[in-house]
Amino acid sequence: MKNKAKLLTYPYIVWMGLFIILPVLLVFLYSITFNEINNIKTISFTINNYKMFFTPVYIQVTLRSIYLAALSTIICLALGYPIAMIIANSKMTSKSILLLLFILPMWMNMLLRTYAWMTILGNNGLINTLLANLGLPTLNLLYNNGAVILGMVYNFIPFMVLPIYTTLSKMDNSLIEVSEDLGANKVQTFIKVIFPLSLPGVISGIIMVFMPAVSSFVIPKLLGGGKDALIGTLIEKLFSLGDWNFGSAVSIVMMFIILLSMAVMNRFDVDKEGGAGLW
Amino acid sequence: MKRKFCLLIVLTLIFTTIFTGCKNSGDKAEIKVLNYGQYIDKTLLTEFEDKYNVKIIYDIYPAPEDMYTKVKAGGTDYDVIITGEYMIERMINEGMLAKLDYDNIPNFEFVDEKFKNQPYDSNNEYAVPYFWGTLGLLYNTKAVTEKVDSWDILWNEKYANRILMMDSQRDTMAVAFKKLGYSLNSTNEQELKEVKQLLLMQKPLVMAYVVDEALAMMIAEEADIALIWSSEAASAMGSNENLNYIIPKEGSNIWIDAMCVPATSSHKKEAELFINFMTSKESTLKNIDELWYSTVHTEAVKEVEEFLFDNPAFNPSDEDVKRTEMFRDLIDEIKVYNKLWTEVIAD
Repeated sequence: MKNKAKLLTYPYIVWMGLFIILPVLLVFLYSITFNEINNIKTISFTINNYKMFFTPVYIQVTLRSIYLAALSTIICLALGYPIAMIIANSKMTSKSILLLLFILPMWMNMLLRTYAWMTILGNNGLINTLLANLGLPTLNLLYNNGAVILGMVYNFIPFMVLPIYTTLSKMDNSLIEVSEDLGANKVQTFIKVIFPLSLPGVISGIIMVFMPAVSSFVIPKLLGGGKDALIGTLIEKLFSLGDWNFGSAVSIVMMFIILLSMAVMNRFDVDKEGGAGLW
Repeated sequence: MKRKFCLLIVLTLIFTTIFTGCKNSGDKAEIKVLNYGQYIDKTLLTEFEDKYNVKIIYDIYPAPEDMYTKVKAGGTDYDVIITGEYMIERMINEGMLAKLDYDNIPNFEFVDEKFKNQPYDSNNEYAVPYFWGTLGLLYNTKAVTEKVDSWDILWNEKYANRILMMDSQRDTMAVAFKKLGYSLNSTNEQELKEVKQLLLMQKPLVMAYVVDEALAMMIAEEADIALIWSSEAASAMGSNENLNYIIPKEGSNIWIDAMCVPATSSHKKEAELFINFMTSKESTLKNIDELWYSTVHTEAVKEVEEFLFDNPAFNPSDEDVKRTEMFRDLIDEIKVYNKLWTEVIAD
């Protein structure tokens, strides 16, 4: 019986080998060679791709990506936590409606939602038309870091709200009652009981937002106007220009950034309930 | 252990065969055409299919570099590719194209001599021109009241955050090269350094580096000036009469898109038939009607509607064309361009 169950895992092992492990190895191989890797005889190794990455220009790109992703994550957390609390504490009927409303935009294509922001933020967009009609000076809203952060927060906030909501709604209410019985006020209860208990949700929320944000390329491309490259747009650019070797090196570096951030988050995730348990 | 291993092999085989797909072989000949997106009047495809009893599989690509990567990687069997001249030059250099048999393409005689035997294919053995155009400035005459005749306007602080440049390194770099009075194919280190300086200086004034979005943004008056291809300028001017197109006095780029047959084609004869069909006057006129691109056809150009013929983007003056220069395949030097461009947008 046990053996049969084991057999069922083979398709997934093959899948993993073909579409996850092999591609990562190929990307790694590209990153430590120059030119083609098709011919074993002419393959030649180099660390120049990595050397090139660690020059001020590309370090700046990396720091900019991390900064924007971190800022988006913090904003998502600041906005998302109260939203998750509101949903978790609302009545059953309104709870499902609120949740539905929250997930509804995700049914729409992300590209479409990002394009919608372009028409809202543009020079002749919704906001600026409104400002102009009120006789106020118009603003440059599109094609800057602010627009990129807005796009990331808008697109990724459900990934923050949902895990926090899950931990909050699973929480044992008696613990909160005990805290109140023992004389703690609402703020104290929140700081000493609710927040620590919801930490696994917060951790996985942070990871689920930070990961796509740091590697995102559609949002910075559309809302950032291709001006200040981020790590995701840089990789896309390098591959479309045909520089697969350097592009692969940047991809490997990005993988390390994500792994590293997961390892850091793992320190805080005591219960291993969040996504950081992957580490 | 042995059984497990067998199972793994079988599963791997199943996966690989599923994803290679199966070949369909009917009695009808079949050609595969690869083109840019929105670059043909699609009724021409069915017309060709009906007329010659040949089935067409039509495929598109976003940018010449993507096309090149796809075809170079192998495993494709396209019969006709429509792409830019510098990419054709590169593919000729790498032996990826087949020589055409002009006995099958009699309509070639209607291609304007101006576009024949160009440096990318000096004896015109590999490619038949499809459309041509230039690189220039599209500007909104309501917002830009001064005389526009130079690339300098792209460095004018008055238009800060109202300028659109192209997210295409050769086109954007061409502007800087021409402004400095150099060849847009230069590989001179000092000149490249100056180009980079100039582009970095301009960056704070640029609203965005875009390619496909420029057209819609100029029509919607989101920006005042855009670096743009003449073909897109022509259609933008058709939608917004405040827009005008010029080729700056310092000179610019001229491009030719042409049809070629890859060396791997197994239906070369039908491919040539298709090229001949596309080069006929009727097909060309239909295509112009749909696309508003400048034609290479000596007969079709006489029958183009007047509003289009008078449009400077569709039909630039000979004087303007004289100042233009064609992109050449830079072979390995393109890496220097790529590096320079990534550094400009990374900065």
